Amino acid sequence: MQIYLPIAEVSVNAFLLLGLGGLVGILSGMFGVGGGFLMTPLLFFIGIPPAVAVATEANQIVASSFSGVLAHFRRKTVDLKMGLVLLVGGLTGAALGVLVFNYLKSLGQVDLLVRLCYVLFLGVVGGLMFLESLRAIRKSRRGGGPPPKRRQRTWVHALPFKMRFRTSGLYISVIPPVGVGIVVGILAAIMGVGGGFIMVPAMIYILGMPTKVVVGTSLFQIIFVTAFTTMLHATTNFTVDIVLAVLLLVGGVIGAQIGTQIGLRLKAEQLRILLALMVLVVCGKLALDLLLQPSELYSLGAAGGH
Amino acid sequence: MRLILAAALTITALAAGAEEVVLGLSKDKVAITTSFDGSEILIFGAVKREEPIAEDPLEVVITVAGPSEPVVVRRKSRKFGIWVNTDVLEVDSAPSFYAVASTAPLQDVLSNTEDQRWKISIERAIRSVGAPETIPDAKNFTEAVIRIRRDAGLYQMLEDQVALDQQTLFRTSIDMPADLTEGDYTTRIFLTRNGDVVSHLETSIDVRKVGLERWLFSLSRNRPILYGLMSLAIAIFAGWGASAAFRLLRNG
Repeated sequence: MQIYLPIAEVSVNAFLLLGLGGLVGILSGMFGVGGGFLMTPLLFFIGIPPAVAVATEANQIVASSFSGVLAHFRRKTVDLKMGLVLLVGGLTGAALGVLVFNYLKSLGQVDLLVRLCYVLFLGVVGGLMFLESLRAIRKSRRGGGPPPKRRQRTWVHALPFKMRFRTSGLYISVIPPVGVGIVVGILAAIMGVGGGFIMVPAMIYILGMPTKVVVGTSLFQIIFVTAFTTMLHATTNFTVDIVLAVLLLVGGVIGAQIGTQIGLRLKAEQLRILLALMVLVVCGKLALDLLLQPSELYSLGAAGGH
Repeated sequence: MRLILAAALTITALAAGAEEVVLGLSKDKVAITTSFDGSEILIFGAVKREEPIAEDPLEVVITVAGPSEPVVVRRKSRKFGIWVNTDVLEVDSAPSFYAVASTAPLQDVLSNTEDQRWKISIERAIRSVGAPETIPDAKNFTEAVIRIRRDAGLYQMLEDQVALDQQTLFRTSIDMPADLTEGDYTTRIFLTRNGDVVSHLETSIDVRKVGLERWLFSLSRNRPILYGLMSLAIAIFAGWGASAAFRLLRNG
């Protein structure tokens, strides 16, 4: 069934979109990632204009994060105070990101920036995840070595403006969380992702937050940052396609619930390797597009983007 | 008797151009609905004339053109090992959709002068003036517009696709792709003889988003804040709904 998207102005197969939403939803339920970093490049592949894909994906992440954070609120695994501090940085970052996005759009380089960001981050995250899960598989075969020691004091603890975060059991400076928030906010605006795949490692390794509150807190602040990004794209670029968003949402939320069930029954390390490989394949495809001579050197765009 | 016949022939010769197009369209409105998947338009008609058919064969050329807009054409080249957009040229005006159908190859039925005057062929329908000096090969850019849009089915060259019966009845059908932009699609019918346009008629096909498509599109442009909030509300509701429904399923 073909559906004409009113903002993207292309006609796409509705079941393809539902399927994509479902597939990415299953993965996000299985691995606890937002899935935006897979969905946006997939939308490029099926011919959605990049600007529309990025803006609409931000809107979809609002839905999946909201669905996820409700579960975390029930389990009391959200550090609200930390979330608000991250949010201050996140909103600043998102505003900066949209400014950068619009400036590059007027230069005709927005595709390049979005693609470069993707190649870089998918490559790094996919590579790290691949190595990490290989190590985990090897370790489980050898049969449990000693648990890694956690660093107690880092450079983070030497910074001023300290604040107490009770839920996380931390007493640290507000500078690193605000900084992490800004970086993730910029990425959210430019790449159309929630940034969970960067936020989560940053919270664990830089801020030293306990793992059990990390995912909920990350989701909490991602809702607001992506909602803000959606509003900025909707009011400045008019690129949020609500029909596209709804189709992805429906597939996504159903897929996420199925994925959670599958994830509970399967072995984590092997699944992570599969996910890492898939991330690397998407990254490789995007990198090849940049490196190989394209079959069509010319591209068309609407005038008046200044 | 012979005199009358001679007089009649003279009149015919004088009025050789007096042929008119009577046109029919299978539809003069194309509604872009949510399920819009392209559209086929049947263009048919007859040549009305008061006198016998002239000896030279009549040919018919039909064009359908979407709204013209400036287009920014960018060209990639290799910089630092990756392919990036480097050169840019703005084509002043190019139709978003263009189809030319004719009874025979266009160069046989239309002289170059008439093509220039009426801007019938695809190359002539695109207007590009004043390329900056940094781009010496501006022609490549307009050719790229034609090539890309032809591959997307937006520009169509339909030579030999107009059927003409008895030098009088003509018909053709034009497939409009799913990725249409809104606007008035100018439809022109030219009658040519020996490469000269002897008569022409212009009408328009109205292509509009309707219903939900229309409403959402104008909402996103006229009330972007409301549109943004609505998108968010749907997202929040869907997120909450999925979580609640799943909890019910588990508990129930």
